[in-house]
Amino acid sequence: MDTDVALAKRLAKDLDAAFPVLVDAHQDRLYTIALRLLGDRRDAEEVAQDALVRAFRAMRGYQRERVAALRLRPWLASIAVNLARNRRRRAEDRQPPNQLEPMLDTGFDLPADLRSGPERRADRRETQRELAEALLRLTPAVRTAIVLRHVDGLSVAETAEALGRPEGTIKAQVHRGLRELRITFETPALRPPTTPARARAARLLPALEAIR
Amino acid sequence: MTTMTLGDAGLEAALRDLRVAAPPAVGFGALVDAGLADRYAPIETPLGQAFVAWNGRGVSWIGRADDGAAFEARFRADVGRDIAAADEVPERLGRAIGRRIAGNRRVRIKLDLRGHTTFEVAVWMKALEIPHGEVRPYGWIAAEIGKPKAVRAVGTALAHNPVPLVVPCHRVVRSDGMIGQYSMGGPDAKRRVLSSEGLDTRWLEEEAAAGHRFTGSDTTHIVCNPTCRDARRVTPQHRVTFPSLVAASSAGYRPCLHCRPVSLAA
Repeated sequence: MDTDVALAKRLAKDLDAAFPVLVDAHQDRLYTIALRLLGDRRDAEEVAQDALVRAFRAMRGYQRERVAALRLRPWLASIAVNLARNRRRRAEDRQPPNQLEPMLDTGFDLPADLRSGPERRADRRETQRELAEALLRLTPAVRTAIVLRHVDGLSVAETAEALGRPEGTIKAQVHRGLRELRITFETPALRPPTTPARARAARLLPALEAIR
Repeated sequence: MTTMTLGDAGLEAALRDLRVAAPPAVGFGALVDAGLADRYAPIETPLGQAFVAWNGRGVSWIGRADDGAAFEARFRADVGRDIAAADEVPERLGRAIGRRIAGNRRVRIKLDLRGHTTFEVAVWMKALEIPHGEVRPYGWIAAEIGKPKAVRAVGTALAHNPVPLVVPCHRVVRSDGMIGQYSMGGPDAKRRVLSSEGLDTRWLEEEAAAGHRFTGSDTTHIVCNPTCRDARRVTPQHRVTFPSLVAASSAGYRPCLHCRPVSLAA
């Protein structure tokens, strides 16, 4: 946090000189947020890059005092979340949601952590893959709350600020999201299907949960 | 399939584990869009292969170099920004540059001319007004931008043109009509570019050597720069040449409104 306060001051003083520092410090988290919201690496790359550029242009138009007072973590997250939301809506306009196969791009085809043994590594990657898929089946409002609060690691207050929702709403959405994710993992019968043929059944899961 | 049970702490840890590193193109792409770094790719020109650099603000640099590495090194030294090779010039930009070089002055190409003086930019924008296949003396630019005495400074500004061919500094020649210097490879390169635009440079230099600075028509009594398209329409039996605008004026000729010839210091 302290480094962000210092960075905001540097941005206010000399935007061109300090912006590369912001890019270094925030590109991974903006990419992660976009990837976990959209489930597609190419879309996530574009959203993360666009978010950084929009932040740059916005700051260029702001008074110095306003730039210096920016809380960069929630502010940048809100830009990425809005761009991801617009992109998802455009995609849904082109293709009705009931024809969309679940998106399976989890962003983990890079060599895994070499410090852990092959078995643990495979387990870990399997967990990551399943969890990334489970996130994509949450409703968008719950998903954004979970991604900002628990993947990105913002506080409840920062998540509320980034999403423009009351803290109470965030707490309820995070609670609900964690519960739904836990169900996915604890009930083998309800585990996310991994083949497209079984994908449609997966969308019935929330409804099944509700009547149980 | 693995079977697992995750407690709250385990689930939260697993969510944190979903963080990934952004591909390098994300950060560099943002810097390029913001105009804080550039990309470059080769382009075909009348002088053979050259390289063009651009960023989110526009085309920033065009130059010839033996290879990409040499171009990058010169760009970094002269412009001071980071630069990386792109696979190719974006299609729209590539097409626009091709059309501009082929003589279409109206095709829009955004230029990133930050870091240059307003005088330099004024000189380059004026050079853009010279039609394809025509030339004007340095003194013409100086007069047109309201600094008639700054002829030498005009020459210096043109030598520093960061985007040759797109800004046609090759269409500005010495005030005595001789071809003059050119940043893309000296007088020979300048002759080649002008020839590619259909200008007979040997004729141009012969006229200059003979002291024929201006061309008039004895039917219209209008006097032009020799390469003005109006002057080139005059048939040989009606063509008159003048060593100076004063001579043309005292013979009853008025300056052409298209090419606006100006008196030039000797």
